[in-house]
Amino acid sequence: MTPDLPTVWRWLEDVPDPEIPVISVVDLGIVRDVAWDGDTLDVAVTPTYSGCPATSVIAMDIETALYDRGVRNVRIRTRIAPPWTTDWLSAKGRAKLREYGIAPPSPAGGPEACPQCGSANVTRVSQFGSTPCKAHWRCDDCLEPFDYFKCI
Amino acid sequence: MSGQGALFEYLLRLGDNTLILGHRVSEWCGHAPVLEEDIALANTALDLIGQTQMWLGLAGEVEADGRTADDLAMLRDVWDFRNVLLVEQPNGNFGQTMMRQMLFDAFHFELLSDLAGAGDDRIAAVAAKALKEVTYHFDRSSETVIGLGDGTEESHARMQAALDLLWPYVGEMFTPDDIDAAMFEAGVAPDLRLLRARFDSRVDRVLKDATLARPDSSYAQTGGKTGFRHSEHLGHLLTQMQWLQRAYPGAVW
Repeated sequence: MTPDLPTVWRWLEDVPDPEIPVISVVDLGIVRDVAWDGDTLDVAVTPTYSGCPATSVIAMDIETALYDRGVRNVRIRTRIAPPWTTDWLSAKGRAKLREYGIAPPSPAGGPEACPQCGSANVTRVSQFGSTPCKAHWRCDDCLEPFDYFKCI
Repeated sequence: MSGQGALFEYLLRLGDNTLILGHRVSEWCGHAPVLEEDIALANTALDLIGQTQMWLGLAGEVEADGRTADDLAMLRDVWDFRNVLLVEQPNGNFGQTMMRQMLFDAFHFELLSDLAGAGDDRIAAVAAKALKEVTYHFDRSSETVIGLGDGTEESHARMQAALDLLWPYVGEMFTPDDIDAAMFEAGVAPDLRLLRARFDSRVDRVLKDATLARPDSSYAQTGGKTGFRHSEHLGHLLTQMQWLQRAYPGAVW
């Protein structure tokens, strides 16, 4: 039996991002489209950053997750236009990032608050962090360093 | 040169610029003055290599001769590379690397801004994607150039020396040739003279804040993007970058 698309989307909701496993690839906004083409499931995925090494792992994880649920033919397509933007992060994804200790992206160009203590008294340490999508910040109240998900 | 031939050459220029600069910047990995800079340089290199995959992938498609992005990156020698001379220049000290980066980022930012609205949808898509990353690159390189230029006597002197050394490589990016003209005619590439004016005002703002003096010379070294004559540094870079494919032809993993 061919699963309907809402079911497929629910399954993809369970595929974690390999670098930030608390959010799913759907929360991250990188799954752009899912459609059946005959008996092949076509999944359009967009990279966050063009050199992000997680991209190929994500494609593999999606294929494996679907295969585990009985979908035998999966075609992953890379779609770069329109380019990925942090606006596509779901509200749930943003909340999960904060709980995990990563400040979610903010159009102001920096984090709204420290994800540990909530203070707005924060300073940038470096514009680049542990992955291409993050910058490195510090809270001047609790003195903890933290990752900030860059806004692009 | 036919339309497709010129487009292929143009895509090689875009992809070779990001490939060679990406490789150069990656040479800092594990050697940068502080950990944060090491990570920032590695991330910048990663973005550039990612952009290379898109540009050279597209070049391979346009050429339609079965060559992949990897083939183009790893199986060509010096005379087939089409990057500008600026990006193949050695890293020198950290300040020199950041000056090279700022000069290229300023050009890259303005070029991609135009290409993102280009008549060719495939080029526009890659440019729009890359532009988001390059916006960050320029922010960082310009802030670093300002910090070091307007820093200590020592850092100021080194940044001025870096600017004087690299300035002769700026002109080539804006020197149009037949390929640039063909791409401009085709509605793909911008008018390089207009681009130069925007580059100048962007760079002048940085240099002013950095208290650095722009060299009073318009002399330009050329020969990189046409492939006519690269500097001796490119061959040495390729021996490192292509080492694996030279030692073990066709190796995959």
